[in-house]
Amino acid sequence: MISTTTRQLRASYAFVERNAHLVKRYWSWELVWLAYSIANSLSVSYIGLGMEQISGQEIDGRYLVLYLVVGTLVWRYLSLIFYWITDVIGLERWEGTIEYTLMTPIHRLTHMAGQTAFAVAYSLLFTAIILAVTVKLFQIDLTNANLFGVTLVMLSGSLSFIGIGIVGSILPLLFPERGAQMTHVIIALLLLVSGVYYPVAVLPPTLRKLSVFSPATYVLDGTRKALLDGVPTAQLWSFIWPTLVAGAIAIPIGLWVFGLAERYAKRTGKLHRNG
Amino acid sequence: MDEIAIHVSEAYKVFHKQSRFPWNRKNGHGEKKRVVAVDSISFDVSKGEIFGVLGPNGSGKSTLVRLIATLLLPDSGAVAVFGHDVVHDRIAVQRLINRVSVEASFFKKLSPMENLIFGARLYGLSAQQARVLILEILTRLGLERSTISKPVEEMSRGMQQKVAIARALLTRPAVLLMDEPTTGLDPRSKREVQALVRELRDQDETTILLTTHDMVEAEMLCDRIAIMDAGKVVALDTPEKLCAMVPSHNGHSPTLEDVFLELTGKKLIEEDDVE
Repeated sequence: MISTTTRQLRASYAFVERNAHLVKRYWSWELVWLAYSIANSLSVSYIGLGMEQISGQEIDGRYLVLYLVVGTLVWRYLSLIFYWITDVIGLERWEGTIEYTLMTPIHRLTHMAGQTAFAVAYSLLFTAIILAVTVKLFQIDLTNANLFGVTLVMLSGSLSFIGIGIVGSILPLLFPERGAQMTHVIIALLLLVSGVYYPVAVLPPTLRKLSVFSPATYVLDGTRKALLDGVPTAQLWSFIWPTLVAGAIAIPIGLWVFGLAERYAKRTGKLHRNG
Repeated sequence: MDEIAIHVSEAYKVFHKQSRFPWNRKNGHGEKKRVVAVDSISFDVSKGEIFGVLGPNGSGKSTLVRLIATLLLPDSGAVAVFGHDVVHDRIAVQRLINRVSVEASFFKKLSPMENLIFGARLYGLSAQQARVLILEILTRLGLERSTISKPVEEMSRGMQQKVAIARALLTRPAVLLMDEPTTGLDPRSKREVQALVRELRDQDETTILLTTHDMVEAEMLCDRIAIMDAGKVVALDTPEKLCAMVPSHNGHSPTLEDVFLELTGKKLIEEDDVE
């Protein structure tokens, strides 16, 4: 007789393995996506080099490039985590397997833990590849960067995005036809207020106030400090704790809201309609 | 006294459908159209029994299966599997049941082996245990070994349905819910599935709830049959006793089709499902 914990761990791993198989089978799409992401990051980063010519003033273009590189990389990482987690339902709606997965004897925490573990591993690897290409192309010197601090800030930031992703995943559950597309709104709003490509100080007062509540603001600031200024890990705590608090709040809220949405979908018969 | 495997008491399920455009709504005031899918149904199924549910599309068969499968919540009444309530004891019920539906529903790019291992892990099986069982079950179902590692999308509908049956058998369910499992299958595959249903009951004492349009299949396999129409059970008995309810015409013994016609005034015609 196997214990409940072993049972749930096996179930969690099932999602990691399934997603890995899907990535393997859709390898050509993964290559296209990687090429798109690299091109996207590079084109944003080149704005840094172009600013001197655009403005006609003397600007530290190299610093601007690094500033934008950090923005594109952190944003790619956080949004990948978000999309993989929201796909927990969207993917199964697309394949028509949602009813089979939701009638298995597992807790939703188990379900989300598996999807999250894969999301973090995939996003780290994907972002590392883009980073390697960017560093090579822009001849970026990372000798003074605090790479351990960067990893720490990004991992702590993942927690809050996991919670936001779980909340986002209820959209495909509640709106079978357009729910997956609705998740883009969440990510677009976070992109606007978090200072991905500009300091939040340039935002109007209302949006600036909102940026305080976006965990991405702290992840971006912390990563820039560690990567560009080489700030030691101990001094990064002021960027880490807000994201940990956001994660500690967002994950339980996400699971609770998901539970409510699942009950609603089961009450109204929305589970078996494929979008 | 026989052990009760499925207990359904006054189960009631209504769906509310609202048109996208106000002028199409029933009374023009934005009220939703009510469709009673399951209308205060009660019955018990004993352990090891093959219980048939006959009825046209839209009669509420699939909704009934989804209520037992924990995929829908009843609006009132109670549904229990081996004493476990489907609403309050979801995981205990899910450990005891599995389902085969008319759509095979798989991750189509993955192979049967990858799909089945995913399913098995969700029920707490290890990959090693699952691999042995999968080969055993698929061989028993007459599926060639060479097809096990090819993507599901390359398989015929009949073969996909066999893999769907294998997914359900893999977890050795005490209660198997079969929702039109032979619809769309060729005669040979149909016979193989029917033989397997009998074998499951005889060898493993599995309780089977089978919904079908096929009168011959129902008469041949089921110990008792419930005839459903517009969400209600209009008759419930053994096939022989149901046929005895209708007088014979011109020396011909009445069939289940005659019984259905006599009780509902309708034929078992194909219509869109209400669910």
